[in-house]
Amino acid sequence: MFPRDLKAEQFDGYPPEARKLAVAHLSALQQLPLSFAPSLLREVIDYDYRFPAERASLDQELSHLSALSPAQMQEWFQAFAQFPLSSKLEHFDWVNQPGQFVEQLSAYLWSTHQLDDFRKAATAYGDRLRSAVPPDPPAGRRLGIAVIGQGVASYHAPLFGNLRPHGTYFGSVKPDSGLELLLAGAAARAKAQPVLYGHWYVDGGQEAEHNPILTCISYQRLEPLRAALLKNVNLEIARPGMGPEELRTHLARLTPSDLGMDKAGDAVLDRFQMKLFTEGSGTQIFSTTFAQWTAREALRRAQPMTLLVRFAPRQQQKPMNEMLSNASSRPDLDPTGSLIDAEMGAYYHWINQQRLPGSEQSSFLVWFEGHNQALVIAPSLPRGSASSSAMDLGQLLVLAAG
Amino acid sequence: MKVPSSFHRSRSTPQETASYLGRSRRDFLRSAAGVALGSTLIGASPFVRGAAAAKRRKVIVVTFGGGARDQETFAPEGQQYIPHLMRELIPQASFFTQVMNQGILGHYVATASLATGVYETLNNFSAVPPEHPTVFEYFRKDLNRPPSDAWVVAPSNGFNRIGESEYRSYGSGLGARVVLPKHLLSAATSGGNTDYEHLLHDSYENPLYTPQLAGGEFELQQLEMILKLSVDDFKAHALTASSPDELSMYIVRRLMQQQSPSLLWITMHDIDIAHAGAYSLYVDAIRRTDRLCSELWKAVQSEPEYAGNTTLFILPDFGRDADEDAGGNGFQHHRTGDAASRTTWMLAMGAGVREGVVYDSPMQSIDLVPTLGAIMGFSASQSQGKPVRELV
Repeated sequence: MFPRDLKAEQFDGYPPEARKLAVAHLSALQQLPLSFAPSLLREVIDYDYRFPAERASLDQELSHLSALSPAQMQEWFQAFAQFPLSSKLEHFDWVNQPGQFVEQLSAYLWSTHQLDDFRKAATAYGDRLRSAVPPDPPAGRRLGIAVIGQGVASYHAPLFGNLRPHGTYFGSVKPDSGLELLLAGAAARAKAQPVLYGHWYVDGGQEAEHNPILTCISYQRLEPLRAALLKNVNLEIARPGMGPEELRTHLARLTPSDLGMDKAGDAVLDRFQMKLFTEGSGTQIFSTTFAQWTAREALRRAQPMTLLVRFAPRQQQKPMNEMLSNASSRPDLDPTGSLIDAEMGAYYHWINQQRLPGSEQSSFLVWFEGHNQALVIAPSLPRGSASSSAMDLGQLLVLAAG
Repeated sequence: MKVPSSFHRSRSTPQETASYLGRSRRDFLRSAAGVALGSTLIGASPFVRGAAAAKRRKVIVVTFGGGARDQETFAPEGQQYIPHLMRELIPQASFFTQVMNQGILGHYVATASLATGVYETLNNFSAVPPEHPTVFEYFRKDLNRPPSDAWVVAPSNGFNRIGESEYRSYGSGLGARVVLPKHLLSAATSGGNTDYEHLLHDSYENPLYTPQLAGGEFELQQLEMILKLSVDDFKAHALTASSPDELSMYIVRRLMQQQSPSLLWITMHDIDIAHAGAYSLYVDAIRRTDRLCSELWKAVQSEPEYAGNTTLFILPDFGRDADEDAGGNGFQHHRTGDAASRTTWMLAMGAGVREGVVYDSPMQSIDLVPTLGAIMGFSASQSQGKPVRELV
C-alpha cells in the first residue's frame, strides 16, 4: 500500500489523540512518499505518550506540511520519492507498525547502498523544516548539571578534558553539601519556571532526597522494571523461531503494563522509562550507560530547562549472559571505570544540550562528587581557563546561571 | 536512522569530513612518530617480485575490531590508548590515513566484504557464507595451495562461514580453515565451567543470540592434531587469558608454530564492548588490542618461518559514530553511516613495505584483497576493489 491510498479508518488502531492528529492531517500524509510517511507516523502513533515539547514539534511539522500546495509537497519530497523500495516494504503494514517498517527500511537502504543518499535527503529536509518552522526558543536559559565519580576516593588523571576548551575549570571547589546544593538549585529553578517535564533529576543509583517538583528517574527505583524486562527477554529468546528481528519487534510492542508498571502512573513518563530499557543498548546492565542514555533521551524528547544527572558506580564487567540474567543482587562495582564512563557521559550531556534551541545561552556544570574539581560552561565565563577561587556548589550554580 | 526532525545541520560534507580525518591522522603521525609523507616518495614498488620471493611470502591480516574512532586512536587525545602502534609499529610501517568503507557497517558483513573485496550484503547476524569468492579461495586456487596454508581466527560463531564462499567456480573445498577459539573453548569445557565465561562473549552487536554452527568449524579433536595442544593445556592457558581476543592470539601463535600458514587472517572484536555504552571498557579494549598487535609482530619476528618474509596488515573493519552526529550516540555504535564511522586507516609493515611513510590518498576497504593478490601472485577476479598502488 502507498500513502496515497490512506483512509481515515486505517488509523482506528491508534490511541485517541494520535488518531485525531493523523486524520486531521490525512491529506498531507497522503501526499508523502512511502520512504518518508512511516517515519512521520512513527512519531504520530505515540503522540498520546509524547512530552509537550515533542507534541508541539510534531503539531508544527504537520501543520506546515498541510499548508503546502501539492506542487510544494512534491518539491519538498522529491528526493525521498527517488528511492526505489522493495515489494516487501510496499506490502508491509506500515500504518500500524511504522517503527518496524523504519527498521526494515533502514536495513534495506544499507543493503542497497542507498543509506548515504537517504541521510542526505533527510538532513536536507530537517534543515528546510527548521528554516520554515523555527523551533520555539526555551522559556529561559537551559542548565545541565552532571555529577560524576561517586565512590571514587582519589583519581589523579586530569578530568573534563573534552569540556575544558568550552568553559572554566575550578580546582578549589568546596565540596561540602554539594549534591544538596545542586538539587536545591534545580528545585529553585523548577519553582521559578514551572514547566511540565521541564526540570529533571536523573540518578544512576539510589536517588537522593529531593523536591518532588523535579521529574525524577533513578536506576534503583526502576529495578523492578529492569528485572521484569530481563526476565521477559530471557523467556522470549528461549522460544522456537525467535531471532534478533523478532525480539526487536517484541520489545517494540511491549507496554508498561506488560512489565508490571502501575496503570495509575504517569503514562508519558512510564512509557519513557520503559523505552530506556527496550530501546537503549547497555542500559539493562550498566548504570552509567543508563544515566547517559536517559540524559540523552530526556534532552532529545522532553527538552528540559534543567537536567541534573548523577552517575553512580556500575557493576564490573562480567560475562554477558550473567549480566543479562541479573542473577546477582549485590554485584561487584567498578567506581573508577564508572568515573571514566561518566566523564564521557557528561560530555555527551553537554553536546546533546547544545543541540537544543537557545544553546548560545545555555550553561553547564560538571562536578567530581565529593572532591574539589568542577567545570562550568556559561556565556559569561571565559573558555579554556582555570580558576582557583574557593567556591561551593551553590556559588558555582550562581555563576553558571550568570 | 533518525528521520526527520532529529537530523541536525551538518558542518561539512562526508567527503570533506573523511578528508579531514585523513589529514589529521597524517599531520599527527608526522609530528608524533616522525614519519614521511608518502606523496613525496617516487619510484617503483617496494615489493620484490619473482616466483621465489612470492612463494615464501607470508601475509597476516588483522582486523582491529570492532571499530575504533580517531579520538581514541590517532587523534592527539587518543594516542594514550595505542602506545604500541605509535612507538613500535608505525615507525616501521606504511600508514594509509583514509580508508573508506562504503558497505554495510556490521562486523560480520564488513569483515566478509574485506575478505572478498566486494561490499557484501549478507545478513550480519546469520552464519552464512559470503556471496563472492574470498581471498582464501583466490589464494588457494590460483597458487594451488593446500588447506593448511590459509587460516582464519575469528571471534564469534557468526564468523564460522567466513573462510569460504558459495561462488560456483570457487567455494567448496577451496577456502580457509576457520578457528573459532570461543567455540573451541566451549567444546573443551563442555559448557560446564563458569571459570571461562568471560572468554565466551559472542557478539556485542547482538549479545542475546549465538548462531548455531553447522559445518566448517574447527573440530575439537583437531586441537591435538593441528595445534598439538591437549584439551587440558588449552583449558589451563585459557584461564590466563583476560579476554576473547587474548585467547584468539594464543591460537594464532599455535597456528604459526604448528602450521605456518602463508595467509593468516585474524579478526578481533573486544573493542565492540562499546555497544554496552561503557566508555572505560571501550578504551581498555583498545589498549588491549594495541598490545596484542605488538605481541603478534614480536611473534612474527621470533618464528623462523615468518621472520623477514612476512607482511602484516592491520586495519579496523570500520569506525564508530562521531560525537557530533545527532543520529547516533557517539562511540557506542556504528549505525549512522557518517564519515567517522566509514573512514578508517590501514597499517602495512614488514616484508616489502616502506617504513615510516604516511599515505593520505583515499582508498577503499575492498582494495585490500586485490592488493594482497598483487603481492602474493593471485588474481582477485571478482573483487570490485583495485590494488593499492603504493603497495604493489
